Order: sequence, then structure tokens, then C-alpha cells
Amino acid sequence: MDRFVSPVLWQFLTRWLHASALFPAEASGISPYVDALYFFLLLMTVVGTSLVALLLLTFCLRYRREKSPVATQVEGSTLLEATWTIIPLAIFLLVFVWGALLYFRIYDPPTNAMNIYIVGKQWMWKAEHPGGQHEINALHVPTGRPVQLTMISQDVFHSFSIPDFRVKREVIPGRYSTVWFEATEPGTYHLFCTQYCGTLHSMMIGEVTVLTPDDYKKWLDQSTSGMSLAQNGERLFASMGCNACHSGNAAARGPNLAGVYGSKLTLTDGSERLVDDAYLRDAILNPSQHVTAGYAPIMPTYQGQISEDGLIDLVEYIKTLQSNYRVQQTQMTSQSDQAAPTTPTAGTTEMVKP
Amino acid sequence: MSPSTSHSAPVTHTILSLPDQSTAKMPKRHYLNNEDGLLSWLLTGDHKRIAILYLISITFFFFIGGAFAGLIRLELLTPQPDLVSADTYNKFFTMHGIIMVFLFLVPSVPATLGNFLIPIMLGAKDLAFPKINLLSWYLYVAGGTLTLAALVLGGVDTGWTFTTPLSTHYLNTHVLTAATAIFIAGFSSIFTGLNFIVTVHRMRCPGMTWFRMPLFVWSHYAASLLMVLGTPVLAIALVLVALERIAGIGVFDPAKGGDPLLFQHLFWFYSHPAVYIMILPGMGVISEVISTFSRKRVFGYTAVAFSSVAIALFGFFVWEHHMFIMGVSNYSALVFSLLTMLVAVPSAIKIFNWTFTLQKGSITFETPMLYAFGFMGLFTIGGLTGVFLGSLGMDIHLTETYFIVAHFHFVMVGGMLMAFLAGVHFWWPKMTGRMYPESLSKLAAVTTFIGFNLTFLPQFILGYLGMPRRYHAYPPEFQVLNVLSTAGATVLGIGYMLPLLYLGWSLKYGAIAGDNPWQATGLEWQMQSPPITSNFVETPIMDHEAYDYEWLANKTQKEVTTVG
Amino acid sequence: MDSVLTTAEHVEHEHASLPQHRHHFETEEQQREVGTFGMWLFLLTEIMFFGGMFFAYLLYRNWYYPAFAVASNQLSVPLGAFNTVMLISSGFCMAVGVWAAEMRRKTLLVIMLILTTVFGLIFIGVKGVEYHEKYENHHIPGFDFSTAAFTNPPVDAKTGKLTEEPISPDMAQHTEIYFFLYFAMTGMHAVHMIIGIVLLFWLIRRANRGDFSSGYVAPIENFGLYWHFVDIVWLFLFPLLYLINRHPLH
Repeated sequence: MDRFVSPVLWQFLTRWLHASALFPAEASGISPYVDALYFFLLLMTVVGTSLVALLLLTFCLRYRREKSPVATQVEGSTLLEATWTIIPLAIFLLVFVWGALLYFRIYDPPTNAMNIYIVGKQWMWKAEHPGGQHEINALHVPTGRPVQLTMISQDVFHSFSIPDFRVKREVIPGRYSTVWFEATEPGTYHLFCTQYCGTLHSMMIGEVTVLTPDDYKKWLDQSTSGMSLAQNGERLFASMGCNACHSGNAAARGPNLAGVYGSKLTLTDGSERLVDDAYLRDAILNPSQHVTAGYAPIMPTYQGQISEDGLIDLVEYIKTLQSNYRVQQTQMTSQSDQAAPTTPTAGTTEMVKP
Repeated sequence: MSPSTSHSAPVTHTILSLPDQSTAKMPKRHYLNNEDGLLSWLLTGDHKRIAILYLISITFFFFIGGAFAGLIRLELLTPQPDLVSADTYNKFFTMHGIIMVFLFLVPSVPATLGNFLIPIMLGAKDLAFPKINLLSWYLYVAGGTLTLAALVLGGVDTGWTFTTPLSTHYLNTHVLTAATAIFIAGFSSIFTGLNFIVTVHRMRCPGMTWFRMPLFVWSHYAASLLMVLGTPVLAIALVLVALERIAGIGVFDPAKGGDPLLFQHLFWFYSHPAVYIMILPGMGVISEVISTFSRKRVFGYTAVAFSSVAIALFGFFVWEHHMFIMGVSNYSALVFSLLTMLVAVPSAIKIFNWTFTLQKGSITFETPMLYAFGFMGLFTIGGLTGVFLGSLGMDIHLTETYFIVAHFHFVMVGGMLMAFLAGVHFWWPKMTGRMYPESLSKLAAVTTFIGFNLTFLPQFILGYLGMPRRYHAYPPEFQVLNVLSTAGATVLGIGYMLPLLYLGWSLKYGAIAGDNPWQATGLEWQMQSPPITSNFVETPIMDHEAYDYEWLANKTQKEVTTVG
Repeated sequence: MDSVLTTAEHVEHEHASLPQHRHHFETEEQQREVGTFGMWLFLLTEIMFFGGMFFAYLLYRNWYYPAFAVASNQLSVPLGAFNTVMLISSGFCMAVGVWAAEMRRKTLLVIMLILTTVFGLIFIGVKGVEYHEKYENHHIPGFDFSTAAFTNPPVDAKTGKLTEEPISPDMAQHTEIYFFLYFAMTGMHAVHMIIGIVLLFWLIRRANRGDFSSGYVAPIENFGLYWHFVDIVWLFLFPLLYLINRHPLH
């Protein structure tokens, strides 16, 4: 839109409106693009309404009874009908294409996006950074990096909305939904739940804090409170007994999970599936529908035994699993009756209750 | 008379002035005094009496729904949740939505004006199934009573959309009662629509071809198609919700293998056509009003008629646009967005056709016309903001915010409610034999228009700022706009109270209307006001086009005598 | 020319009319056509009503096929087939009844209506037996539902083999959705049948009085439409619910 509108005018318009509390801040990479479409649509509305209003006014003045005592009966005009069918249709189709392109941009994250997990529950948001930082009703992100949010609800529909970033996605129970953004301006911005979810729906709000990359790093370092998500996942993997079957040995009862994330699996029913976050989560909860070809359907379901947080930990762990060395280490640890080899771990050493 | 397809040359005379009403007399016998006693009303088969029964009950529910709106706006004066508790507030907007959508907007024009006028406009003595018509009213009353029961017992707070799994597993309010109430009211709607369709198909008088019917009938026909085909799906969605609440199993609960999105599809499959059920009859009113007060046939009759049916048809295929951000497949979102753009076009066609009806007319500005103008402007804005929402990328930012609230209030209140008021004022003389006070009604119309804009224009801004809907409390920077909105709501409320007062007053003290105070075409205006019970003593034969002002002008001067 | 007259001078209709003639209709033919049209339209709404449930069924069957297959094996095909025969027979009797009404043969009409009712009642009775069996087996969703029969199927005494291929617990959980849809769909169907049977009692009474054997056949015809529709819904329900891919062991 820089080509069509002078950047000075654009900046003036959006910043002035924002200062008057009439317009949200443009704080993400996609915001200006969304605003551009919005202004076009506003223009369309103003022009359309003005046209109708002008016609109404003109006709009313010109053809009011005092001025026009006799009405002329007019059947219609095919030309006019065609005109006001085709022109609106053309404009609406333009809007359709523009909006569709924007939609695909907002909902297709770039491959280098850093992932943060969001769990929504009545009536709070939990943000889980891969490094283990946990936030409640808050989200810290750096500028200049695409951030992907992988979200799930623990109970009902919620919706994660950051108006200043112009992004919003429903947070659904039972499956992951994702949205991404790249923050451009340091500052604090509103975070809302926008899908009615019960009593304290209006309290399910928070703050998104955007920091410069340096500040973000500082924040990360100082707010690490425990294990990273993957480390938690490793604990769960051992304590839930996953390593018994998924040990990585040749004769193991379960398929090798090292490097499985991002690969294409063939299942026993012949179908091919891409292993992404959703697949991993589903495989843990509904294993009978996700049996890798060549293996027996003996994996028990963990439905009801792991919370969404636990599932996220496990998914993170499997995502980062490149070799089965540590899997086998933890197996030896859990099986052996000798003192466990000490591996320095930051934070607590108590078992994480799933 | 051969139809011309472009601006026709011959200048035709049309009626210059309204007839002298000072000598108009109230007919001795008409449908209101034909029979006496409460039972003659409660067991009536007369479509006109049923229409009046509906008018009374709909008005009743409108004001209850309006009271809730007032309470909502009152709470939103301040950013803090300081007026009522969160649960109570959630009940407010739920009850407001349920009552306004199902108990007011859906039946408003069809059940009152449609019931009253369609047989007359078609030259029939009654609808096809008078007893089913009465049953419709009783079902409406039953549904309404159950809704009130839910309210009195403690209310329901699911939102009018009953989103699962919130409504099935996470609330312990009177969801079952409310769902049953809407289920019953839905059948009222289905039977009304069924009645209309059969009447239009089979009970037109001789000479009344499809293209001689008033556009009011076309709109109702299209809306009836939607009522008949769409409402059953809502019924089954509610049944499944009720069963799930009773049995506790998880058809819609993912923890038990169900799919909450299934409910969304079933619910919106009806609820999107529902909005066209609500607006199409209103559009029918506008056709009649604009034609009458310009003394001109509607510009592009065929286009308007076909547009109504097109809206109904396309309206069935756009429901997923309420779910664009809910994790539906991107490609299905593409399809539904495209279809949404298509469904916007027939509405635009209609707006322009009505506008051009004014050209070369002879326009006067009675109250129904004022409401019609209000409709034109506000519906244009409301409809165009719908295009915002149909555009995928834009919808991401705007959905679930006050932008949506503003959009649907513009089309429903600025559009539909204004059309309803236009229709009530327009046909009030016919239904009651009395005129309403013109100056006061004009004041009410203008008040409503101003109040409406003040209430809902700020909400577009709030929506873009990101204020979510159904919020009890909000960040302080949104307060100014909210205060404006509440101020507007107060003005709007006054604008709606006025008709209640003066229309009631007019029943006893209004000027006598006479048979055709507006000098309108249409069979209903060629008989006494109020009409006799059987509408016509002898079946009319239609030998002229709809909106035929030349025929009206050439009509013999013999005044229609009233039944004495 | 005046085309609309509302003066009081005009007289009543002169043509002889049946007592059931409603005065807002011009002719009996119009009244009959209107009645039939109305009934067809009503049946269209019923299709939309059942359609919602069929859609839910198709969705979940697609997702959870193994669970649906084993759950459907719990239904008794012989009973279902018998019920289908009952319904088709009742439909046949209804059709003959309509013909009898048109032929003004009162006794035949009454007999046919009674037979229709009897077949319908048998159907409901068998449905009751089936529902009771589900109750015994703890297969009513939400009321002590048990998936034991699917995770640990019993051994067939004669062959010594399992009667069913066992399925994993997480898949077995989805059998509850199957049974929910089973009860919802057949239950809704049964409600329509019961409404039909109640109407039949009323029709039998009126037919016995001779109301339908002198040219006024609309209620019989239109009820026939309704009854055949209920029949057709069952013809879809039966294969979808009872005949899902019978187990290879059988």
C-alpha cells in the first residue's frame, strides 16, 4: 500500500487515530496490511453509502410532490441493473481475493518461526516457552522474529486475540490451532479472550510485552524457573513408561521416535501422515488410529492421564529428540537399583505430576 | 398495457392528493368487532386476528428484550464490572439475544404483517391452513412462556449461540429450558412458513400470476423457504445439545471423542439463513412503502423479485463464514468467503432498485417513508460492513469484537426494525381503521434514527480497537466510546417508547382512516379499513399489474361502500 | 373496470359443498391440492430435521469406523429385518387403505387402517425389546455405559473363538457415540411413529363413522404420505445402523 498512499500520510493517519484512542496500534508486521484492507473497505462503505444517500437526497428534492406532482411510471432498465450488479460484484470479488491472500498469510506460519505454546482454560491463559518459562495471562516476545503460537484449550472454546497485532485464533479443546506474528514495536499490548467462555470471560485478559531482542534474552534468562518444556517431557516420557516400548532398540515394541517429527509416516491402514504437533498429541491420546506400519496396536491410551500441559511437554520433547541416547539412559535409570548418575539439572528435581 | 424495458415516454397522471378523510366513516362491521369475547380471539381462524395476537405478544417480548439491552448498556457505562455480577451480565446478553432473535425478529414482520396481508394481497379469503396458523401462535406463546420461565427460574447464560461444550458440559443454568423454548418457537416459524408457501402456490385469485404479486409477497415467499428448510436443522441441533446435557456423553465434547465444531456447523446452518428470514420480509415492506410514497411502480420489479429468491438460495451456502477462525480448513474458508461475496450482491441490487423507484416519482414524506429512508441508509452501511466480515483476512481481526455487534445491529435494528416500524405505521390504518398522529410519529422516527447512529457507530470503532463482545468489563481507554453508545441507547429507547404510546392512543382517538388513506395500489387498499372477516365478499379477479397507478387513477370514482 | 367488490350485495356460494369444505377455499379441488402440497412441504422439513442427525452419523462413522462396526454388531439383524418387514407391510396396508377410501369402500378402509396400526404397534414393541436389551447390556450412553463387550468380547461357546475382534480402549470409548446416535435416530423415528399411531386411532374412529367413504379422502391421503415418509426414514436407518460391514468372523 505504500505505492498507493504516501507513507507520510499513512503514518499520520494511523498514529493520529491511535493517539485519539480511535485506532489500535500497528505493532506487528501484518498490521499495516490489515489496515490497508480496512481503509479500502471503509472507503468502499463511505462511497457506497454516500452514493445511496446522495441519490436519495437528490431524488427526494427533485421529485418531491410540490416539484413533481405527476409520477412517471418506469418499468426498469436492464442497463442499470447490469451496472449495479457487476460493479458491486467486482468490488466484492476484489475484496475477496485481497482478504483471502491476507488470511493465508496470517494463518500460514513461516518455517523459521519460534514456537510458544498457549493453553487456555477457564479463565486464564498459560504461555509456555520452549525454554521452560511459564507465564500466566502474559506473553513476552521479541521484535523482529516470527513467533508461532500453538494453542489448545483445556475445557471450552476460547479465542486468543491480540488486536494490535491484528491476529486472532480460536483456541479449541481437543486439537491444536496455530497463529503467528512478528512484533515490530516494543511496548505492551492487550491480549483478550474473545470467545464467550463462561463467567469470567471478560477477565481472561492479559498483556503482551514486546521486547527488543536483547531485552528479551535478558528476560528469558531471569525468568527460567525450572526445566525447559523438553526436559519436563523427558521426565514424563520416563515416568509414564513410554521408554519401555519406544526405547529405540531394533526389536522394540514401539517405533523409534528420534527424528520422527517432521517426517512422513505410513500407518497400518496404508495412509501417509505428516508428523506434526497435532499428530503427536493425537497419537498419545488415540493410539489405535495412529499405528505405524509394521507395529502391533498395543499402545494404551493416555486419555485422562495427561493434562494438556503434559502433552505439550511430551510433544516438545519428541520434537527435539534426535537420538535415543537419553531415552536409553533414562531407561537404565528407572530400571537400575543403583544410584542414578547425576546429571546437573537446573531447578527442582521433584517429579512433575502429569 | 405493454411493459416497456426502459424509461417510458408517456406521462401518466397519478393521484395528486390524499382523499378527504374528514368524511371517512368507521365501517360498522369488520374483523375486529365481528365476534365478541375472549374465546372468539383465542380460537380464531381469521388470519387478521391471529396477526393482531402476534402483534401484541411480539411487542411484549420486544420490550423485555429491550429492557435487557438497557441493562447491558447501563453496565457498560463504566469499565469496571460494577453494576451486576459477571454471571448476571452473561444472562443479560443471553436473554437479550434469545428474545430479540427468536421471539421478536424472526416472527416480527411475517407473523404480524405477513399473516394479515398475504391472503388479502393474493385475493384469498384466508391462508391455506388457518388452524395451523393459530397453532403457530400458540407455539410461539409456549416458546415465549418457557423462555420467561427460564428467565424467572434464574436465567440462562450460554449466549444465544449455545456454543458447545460450554452449554453442554460447563454450565448449570437453565439451558434445557431455554433450548426447549427455542425448539418450540422454531416450529411456530416452520408452520408459518409452510402456510405462506402453500398459500402463494395454490391460493392466488384468478389473474394473479406470480409476476403480478406484490413484492411483499415475494419477499415472504423467499423467507418462508428459509423458514421451512432451515429451522428443522436448528431443532435437531438443540435436541442433540439437550440429549448431551441429559446423558452426559460427548457428541460435542472432544474429551470424549466428540467434535464441538459439529455443533457449530449444525447451528450456523440454520442461523445464517435465519438472518435472511429476518431481513427479507422487512425488504418486502420497503418495496411497498417506497412505491406508495413515490406513486410509482417499483423500479425493476423482476430484479427485485428474483433477488429475494437469490438471497434465500445463496443464504443457505454461506454459514461457515461464522467460523472462519475456528480451525476450519483454509480451503473451505475460501469457498465460503466467495459465496458470502455473492450473497451480498442481490441486496445491493435491491437498494439501487428502491433508490431509482424514487426517480421521476412524486414523493411525500409520511412516517413510513421516513422509516424506509432510515432503512436504506442504515442497511447499506450494515450490509457493506458485512463485506468486511466476509473478507477472510479482515474477519480475523474483526470477528468476535464489537464490530460484529455493530454490523448485525445495523442490519437487524437499523434495517429490520425500521422496516417493521415502517410497515406497522403503513398498514396501521388498514388494520385498525385509525390514523396515527403524523407529527409525533415523524418525531419518533427521527429520534430513533439519531439514537441508533449514536448507539452503534461508536461500536464499529470499538470493534476495530479490539474490544471483544460479551465483555462485562473493559480496558479504561474504551470508556468514552461506550458512554456515547449508552447515551445513544437512551435516545433510541425513547424513540421506541413513543410508538407504543401513540399507536395505543390512536386506537381510540386517532382520525378515521378510510379505505385508502395513502392512495396505494394493492388489493388490501381497495377494501374498507378494517377489512371484513372474509376479506372479500366475492373472489377478485386480478387484471392489472402490481403497483399499477394508472389503474388506480382510472378506477371509477364510485367509492367503495362499507359493509353496513 | 372494477375487479374487486366488497359490497354486501353478493350472495353466498351456490355450489353444493361437502360438510368438510372450508370456506376460505374456492373449490374442494383447491382444498385437496392445498392439503397435499402442505403435507409434502412438511415432509421436506422432516427430511431437514433427520438430515442433521444423518450428517452427524456420517461424520463420526467416518472418523471412528472400527468402533461403529463392532457397536453395530450388537444390534440384532433378525429383529431389525423383521421390523423392516413390519413397516413395509404397514405401508402396504396404508396404501390399500388410501385406495379403499378413494373407492369409497368403508369396511376395507377400516380394516386396512387397523392392520396398519397393528403392524406399527408390533414395530414399536420390537423396538422396546431392543431398547430393553441395550439397557441390560449397559449400552445406553450416559447411564452406566460399559465398553467391556468391545474391549473384552466374549468367547463363542461353540467355536471356542472370540465373537468379536477386540478393539483398543480408546476406540471402544467411541462406541458410546454410536449408541447415542442409534438412540437419537431410532428414538426420533419412534416418536414419529407413535404420533402416527395416535393419529391412526383417530382416523380409524372417523373412518368407522363413514367420514372418509363419501369422497372426502384428504386426511387419509395426507396421512398416508406421512406414514410412508416415516417408513422411508426407517429404510435408511436400518442399513446404516444395522448392516455396517458385518464382521469377517461371521
